[in-house]
Amino acid sequence: MIAPEFFYAAVIVMIGAFLALLRVLLGPSVPDRVVGVDTLNTLIVAGMVLLGAAYDRTIYIDIAIVYALLSYVGTLAIAKYLQGGLE
Amino acid sequence: MSAVTYVIYAFLTINIVFNLLGSFSLHRFPDVYTRLHGATKCTTFGTIFAVLAVVVHAAYQLHLTGDPKYLQMALHSLVALIALLLTNPTGAHAIAKAAHLSGYKPAKAVIDAYEDKLRGGAE
Repeated sequence: MIAPEFFYAAVIVMIGAFLALLRVLLGPSVPDRVVGVDTLNTLIVAGMVLLGAAYDRTIYIDIAIVYALLSYVGTLAIAKYLQGGLE
Repeated sequence: MSAVTYVIYAFLTINIVFNLLGSFSLHRFPDVYTRLHGATKCTTFGTIFAVLAVVVHAAYQLHLTGDPKYLQMALHSLVALIALLLTNPTGAHAIAKAAHLSGYKPAKAVIDAYEDKLRGGAE
């Protein structure tokens, strides 16, 4: 482990991601769960960038880029499904 | 401990505070729209500072060692930041519009301008 401060920051960000996951599990309505998933995706990208700096691996950051773009596509697909198909 | 270390610690602290605020706002707000407001804004701002901390760290290591790996790390972090900044508000907007169109109304709302606009368009 090269830089422990990045590792501990990533651990705390993952605690926040766990709180968002709790909203996904508890959420009373479907949009609540989608909001939880969206927050979870953002926090996972942040945590992955921090882990890339902590372990000194650039490949983690590349994976974060791909994860951000794919989660965006997923969010848009769920939103379109929720509002009842394409207008 | 150089000055760069303090800058990195400051950026990481801002990142932690805002990301945790965004996560807590999911549990403290009453309905979908306020939760979306709190979570999206706070986590986007926090992630900006996480990436800035990584960029400062990578630039400092590049200055110390001259290894081109760190230049790659800084540039790819910036690409991740740009992707997130473009996609996050768009996704939040899509979720809010889909939630309203599928029938989830704002809790305790007095004025719903989007509902009025939809009604006006239908009549």
